[in-house]
Amino acid sequence: MFNSLLKDTNHRQVLFFCITIILFSFIITLLSDLFSVNFISTSFIKTLGKTLCLCVIALSMDVVWGYCGILSLGHFAFFGLGGYMIGMWLMYKRTEIIVLTASISESLPLTPQEISDAIGNQIFGVVGGSEIPLIWVYADNFYFQLAMVIFIPGLLAFVFGWLAFRSRVTGVYLSILTQAMTLALSLYLFQNDSGLRGNNGLSGLQNIPGYDDTSQFVISIYFFWASAFFLILVFIFFFYLVNSKFGSIITAIRDDETRIRFLGYHVESYKLFVFVLTAIISALAGALYYPQAGIINPAEIAPIASIYLAVWVAIGGRGNLYGAIIGAASVSLISSWFTSGQAPSISLIFYKIEWVNWWTVILGLGFVIVTLISREGIFGFLKSIFIRKV
Amino acid sequence: MRHVLNFFIFLFFLLISINAYSNDTIQKFIENNHKLIAKSSSKTVDPILNDIKKYNQDDVKKFLILWKSKELSIIKDSNLIVYTEKNEDKIIAYDIFNNNEIGKFTKKQLKSIKPNSGVRSKIDSALVEYQILDEDINVRRESLQSLKRDIQKTHLKILRTAYENEVDNILREEIYKVLNFAILKFSKSEKEKLDVLSFFSNDTSLEVRASLNNLLNTSDILFTNNNKIIGNIARKIIPNKTYKKNDGTSNYILSSYSSNKPELTYNDAYDLLSNNKKVLPRITKKIIKESLVSNIEILKNAGFNISSLNNDLNRLEAYNYLASINAVPPFKSKEEIKNTVDKFIFYTEYDEISSQVTNKTKETLKNINFRVNIYRYIDLFVDGISLSSIYFLGAIGLAITFGVMRVINMAHGEFIMMGAYTGYVVQQYIPNHTISILIALPLAFIITFGAGILLERLVIRHLYKNPLDTLLATFGISIALQQLAKNIFGTQARPLTAPSWLDGALSINDDLSISYIRIAIILMGILFLLLLLFIMNRTRLGLEIRAVTQNPIMASNMGINPDRINMLTFGFGSAIAGIAGVAIGLFSKVTSELGTEYIVQSFMTVVVGGVGNIFGTLAGAALIGFLQKIIEWFNPSNTLAAQTYMIIFIILFIQFRPRGIFALKGRVKDV
Repeated sequence: MFNSLLKDTNHRQVLFFCITIILFSFIITLLSDLFSVNFISTSFIKTLGKTLCLCVIALSMDVVWGYCGILSLGHFAFFGLGGYMIGMWLMYKRTEIIVLTASISESLPLTPQEISDAIGNQIFGVVGGSEIPLIWVYADNFYFQLAMVIFIPGLLAFVFGWLAFRSRVTGVYLSILTQAMTLALSLYLFQNDSGLRGNNGLSGLQNIPGYDDTSQFVISIYFFWASAFFLILVFIFFFYLVNSKFGSIITAIRDDETRIRFLGYHVESYKLFVFVLTAIISALAGALYYPQAGIINPAEIAPIASIYLAVWVAIGGRGNLYGAIIGAASVSLISSWFTSGQAPSISLIFYKIEWVNWWTVILGLGFVIVTLISREGIFGFLKSIFIRKV
Repeated sequence: MRHVLNFFIFLFFLLISINAYSNDTIQKFIENNHKLIAKSSSKTVDPILNDIKKYNQDDVKKFLILWKSKELSIIKDSNLIVYTEKNEDKIIAYDIFNNNEIGKFTKKQLKSIKPNSGVRSKIDSALVEYQILDEDINVRRESLQSLKRDIQKTHLKILRTAYENEVDNILREEIYKVLNFAILKFSKSEKEKLDVLSFFSNDTSLEVRASLNNLLNTSDILFTNNNKIIGNIARKIIPNKTYKKNDGTSNYILSSYSSNKPELTYNDAYDLLSNNKKVLPRITKKIIKESLVSNIEILKNAGFNISSLNNDLNRLEAYNYLASINAVPPFKSKEEIKNTVDKFIFYTEYDEISSQVTNKTKETLKNINFRVNIYRYIDLFVDGISLSSIYFLGAIGLAITFGVMRVINMAHGEFIMMGAYTGYVVQQYIPNHTISILIALPLAFIITFGAGILLERLVIRHLYKNPLDTLLATFGISIALQQLAKNIFGTQARPLTAPSWLDGALSINDDLSISYIRIAIILMGILFLLLLLFIMNRTRLGLEIRAVTQNPIMASNMGINPDRINMLTFGFGSAIAGIAGVAIGLFSKVTSELGTEYIVQSFMTVVVGGVGNIFGTLAGAALIGFLQKIIEWFNPSNTLAAQTYMIIFIILFIQFRPRGIFALKGRVKDV
């Protein structure tokens, strides 16, 4: 039975992928502080965990763009929304704990009204308010907010996608529209009266309520593993999805939409399904990402983030799940290495190249070159070398 | 003998001078108040300025002018205030009023009196009554200006005299206007005020409106428990029901859905009564909590479970217990508060006593506001046109490349930025702003034209078959160019200063002024439109571009080289972006992110207007510009919300007209 599973190349690929990620996670855990090796710092584990989440959203982007041909510039908005939804619970619950702890020393126990006033003051003091907005009503309920992580971005994607696909907005038009949607969302969140703390965003998300005694290091390991498992799950799901009949249909839609429509498929439904599905998975990735990042603000949702997402996938190689993961992991890690100022600057006789300044230029131009030369990105390049050798 | 004589002469002069002092009371007054004069502040100077008025007018005027212009000094030994003049190394002191030399002093012996600006303005206003009747018309004019700033009750009489005596007709009219303000503010005569109101009925200036609004000032909320109200009632306030309108009148809340809070809730009304000692203070939740905390031992002994006091109901129960043993004042329930409040009538009254005057004022203000609103609509209209022009300038280049080549250029915003930086760099070398702008415009054209052609040859040419790839590649260019600009010019905003003749505004009245820069941008938009129409419809290039737009294969059959046309069109579109960049840089800061601010709007403009059509872009720009201004008009404090709603509107608009306002007719290949 197991042998027959392994004979299928597809299953072998998935198994290979799972083992690689799990092995990688084990090695990272072993090298970390957990066993006093202290080779890898907490912040680097967080970076790796975040990178795994970025790989997940890159997978979503790859499915919606590389396979289905919808160049969405809105998936980072869904990612951010997911972060916001879980961040509401994290922030509310933590503030509630702080308020309740502080109230022990008082002679009278607090009324529910007093508790919510105190929480409101703590959270919304920065935007000059103390009332808790309506959207925070169930913020103290983890399961409700978790449902919102799926529901809100899913609903947004559904309404937007339904409107857009219904009127047959395709190609460049659709990209621009998704970009406009992202811009509208981030501008909306920038307002102080959006109920989500305006440009301050939500902060202190790294403190998980109920785990106050657990050190940040252990929490980061938990999240790292959670991200790794989520990546594996999403990979398996997408892998079988794109290799199924459904996958063939969406790929065909990408290549010639009209023809598929004439064959009797309801193209809009397929596109809408893919769009909403990937949006929800992006949102879940965001919900895992932002507790590791610790802070979320509207700037994260700005259109440029979604553009970078497209850049990662394109550089890694679109239309291929491995490509998306390679692209997201390598480009985001290298980017953060270069832009954090760790890379040594190069002194020329007349000019000193500082990578912080020049990395983005190189990234942009590299992106142009990838688009011009190799449509399959790094992965396509690697594959061509590999195949030649064999 | 000579000594004796000298002694007598000295004694004689001494006597005269003492005599003079005792008679000339203003000098005595100044000497008595030397401390306050030398170290005056705007708080302490008032009594002096009031008291000094009883002396000879010319003397007072002279003294005040010298005081104001900082030409007085005080002699430290004698505390005498004198007028000084510098003479070589010594300072000569003169008597203020008869110009007699008092003596020569060194700098150290004197202390000059320097009133601060607050004191000087008070002196100014005191001087007014002397100067407004001055012989010199300029002095009169100036004094009227300073009087206008702060009209006092005493000025009413002076202004009347000045109005009677004024010979210059223009100044007389101005005095009349100021007199009218003074009448509205201080006159006791009802008839006079009504006359003034009729006189002002067509005047929309800010001063008049402010003065009329002052007439409608109301008192704080008052109350009474009988029906006799003496004053001029502005409005009656029914607790929980009335809300205040902007014009000072009141109304009932029409629907329960209204978000307006009533002007006076029952609790507020009750607090108002208790503040005036009519009733006992209200027991708020906060007071309940404090009383419980301070009586916590009693409660424990009485068997209350302290940990159960975590809701309002239980707390109230505990409080009522405390009240029942007279430890605290009794709690007032909502009904009790309501019943108490209902016994009183709440109202506000106008500061102005006459109801005829306030009614007439309201009517006049209504008329004036109607006119003002018309000006505001015109202002909004001009605003809309100028914003539309900006969007038109930003989008037209994009429309050309997108329309003709079906190529979306995400780096278009960066070409706008490039143009703006060109303007900035040119200004660094050519300080004259007029000339530098005149040079920057063609230079920006050339530079962005070159950059556009370069981009087309190196990148876009290879990607014609796949528009989405062009989108991506130009993204890359956009990211790189933006960072490059940051590396060269830094992240801080660079100024691109408009020529001085574009400063200021065409001011029609207080509500309608159009800045010259807005006019310049509107003119530039029109110029561009005409230029483009000319090029597209009247030149060989335009003909070829149109041919390639409509059918590239057929065009190439007719001997047109589509490759060359594509290249030129792309360069041309980019160059227009460059020129637009110079224009946009004139009124907004030049940063590396300038392009990103316009790119989405520009795309929206093109998409809404319809691809490949100049008039479509114009219509799109007009729609988006006006829409944004109108949304801002409804919600002026929040431009972010305006942009959000705008984008949502556009997304919905695309639903109904996916090909824009002006769709190209015929068989056009999908993008």
